[in-house]
Amino acid sequence: MRSMEGRETRRHLLLLLPALLVLALLFAYPLLGIVNRSVYKAGYTLQFYRQIFRIPVYLQVLAATFKVSAVVTIVCLVLGYPLAYVLATRRPRTAQLLMIIVVLPFFTSIIVRTYAWMVLLGRNGIVNQYLMALGFTDKPLPLLYNQAGVVIGMSYVLLPYMVLTVYSVMRGIDPGLVRAAHSLGASRMQAFGRVFLPLSLPGIAGGTLLVFILSLGFFITPALMGGPGDMMIAMLIEREVEITLNWSFASALAVVLLALTLIGFAGYNRIVRLERIFEGRG
Amino acid sequence: MVAVRDVSLTIAPGSFFTLLGPSGSGKTTTLMMVAGFAYPTRGEVFVDGKPMAALPPQKRDLGMVFQSYAVFPHLTVFDNVAFPLQIRKTSRLEILHRVGAALELVRLTGYEQRLPRQLSGGEQQRVALARALVFRPRVLLMDEPLGALDKKLRTHMQLELKHIQQHLHVTVIYVTHDQEEALTMSDCVAVMQGGGIEQVGPPAELYDRPASRFVADFLGESNFLDAVAVSANGEGRWRCRAAGGLEFYGVGAVPIEAGQPITAAVRPEKLVQAEDAGAAALGPGANTCKGLVEEAIYVGDATRYRVGLGADGTVTIKVPNRVGARPPATGAAVVLAWSPEDTRLFPRVAA
Repeated sequence: MRSMEGRETRRHLLLLLPALLVLALLFAYPLLGIVNRSVYKAGYTLQFYRQIFRIPVYLQVLAATFKVSAVVTIVCLVLGYPLAYVLATRRPRTAQLLMIIVVLPFFTSIIVRTYAWMVLLGRNGIVNQYLMALGFTDKPLPLLYNQAGVVIGMSYVLLPYMVLTVYSVMRGIDPGLVRAAHSLGASRMQAFGRVFLPLSLPGIAGGTLLVFILSLGFFITPALMGGPGDMMIAMLIEREVEITLNWSFASALAVVLLALTLIGFAGYNRIVRLERIFEGRG
Repeated sequence: MVAVRDVSLTIAPGSFFTLLGPSGSGKTTTLMMVAGFAYPTRGEVFVDGKPMAALPPQKRDLGMVFQSYAVFPHLTVFDNVAFPLQIRKTSRLEILHRVGAALELVRLTGYEQRLPRQLSGGEQQRVALARALVFRPRVLLMDEPLGALDKKLRTHMQLELKHIQQHLHVTVIYVTHDQEEALTMSDCVAVMQGGGIEQVGPPAELYDRPASRFVADFLGESNFLDAVAVSANGEGRWRCRAAGGLEFYGVGAVPIEAGQPITAAVRPEKLVQAEDAGAAALGPGANTCKGLVEEAIYVGDATRYRVGLGADGTVTIKVPNRVGARPPATGAAVVLAWSPEDTRLFPRVAA
């Protein structure tokens, strides 16, 4: 038995090897380079980290990044959970059609989609035209080049990630359990609250985590749809690389972003045990 | 598509009632209509004289045990069983008391804090049963609850279920495709086929006096002999002649006319060898025939013999392996005897 298990493990390692090699070469090695650069400029120094935490602007950008990410995550959850619920519980034909609609945006470039939103949300965009025509507002609402624009754009891009993650967990929930709850006297709300919702928690955890982490490093959408005051950390890094050419400082920012992401991940893991996501039916 | 047509049943309070039938016979649909998960296009379901059709499942107050157990995986055994009581806002003290009693009933005391995934299939099924009983429903509905268990455990659970039902005097409506299970547990069985009911009655009545060829075939085992009804003898018995000239007497399951093609059904264990002690008890009016043993199949407690009757057909007989039994050898000539009462005649439908 022992030797068979050993062989099994070795075979698994062999299957993982190509992926591990690629990761090591293209991910781990450059990452180490970034970490190294963040503490090295003509000799080892911590000046770049000191700079981040001493100058308020940088901390403000960090705080703004987290705030936007949190708002986007909540918007995605509020919009995505009911959608995933419909997808998972409706008849297969309807669900399939809705699923195609959900996945379709993935086939278009994110830049194209972002520009499309800019056309829609601009001062004279379709949204404002309709709002004024219908008398909801006298003058165009500022929907672009501010935080509202960033949140709308990012939520749109990230919504499918939430929907698909939550959906996959919901699909694993035996519909017989909800029926059992009804047979035991539970109303629709009670059956949902006591049975379906708790069983879908791993999906909520997974989707929230995924969207939040993707939000933290978002670049294109906030760069195009945000205003001057809506700088997120990825944009700050880009500026340091492209404009000020301060690569060491950019590296330090990247390491801080990575560290914060990992901390968030670890904290999350403590609240909702992540293994449950991968365990399928808890 | 019609899944169930013209089903009308009356189930006595406190009885164990079984819907028996092959898959697609409409038994589960019938149960689901009682439970409220399926709605009849026409007709009504009454529980305690109250119409149910307008009520959703959660308002019917019926306990249900599903084939897939449907035990809540995220709740402990205690919380699973407490679920219907919490929904009904029962006081905490009473929940504690009643869950304890329900778990004792299904012999799961001490399992309160376990999660379903730590339980075997049989144990999960007991949790489902305790959960369905704990709120004292008027009727307990069970949809093939033992289908996923192995044979030994299933037999054990059948007896246990029956004991629990008798102990609580709860009305049970039980769905199964396993005829042995239906016979073991039920006070009354409804045999279903093709969305309709073939026969309703106590197990012994169904087994001894099947009303249709389907029931004779589906419930237990039957030998079928094609014959023609020749004449009635006035006592409800018919003289029949099989294809090879064999003459025997039988009882019509439904009204039969002279000259009508019929199929006669006889249970394998009702056929005895003429020299056996059992044959004497049949009396002078018994049917007899001669045959050759073609094959002997040993099944442990009994041996089954396939006996060729020449042009009349082939029958299977079942002989208990008693002490001192002298089993006939393959190829031996035997004389078989059986009672006209055990010979059920059905009109033959042209195939």
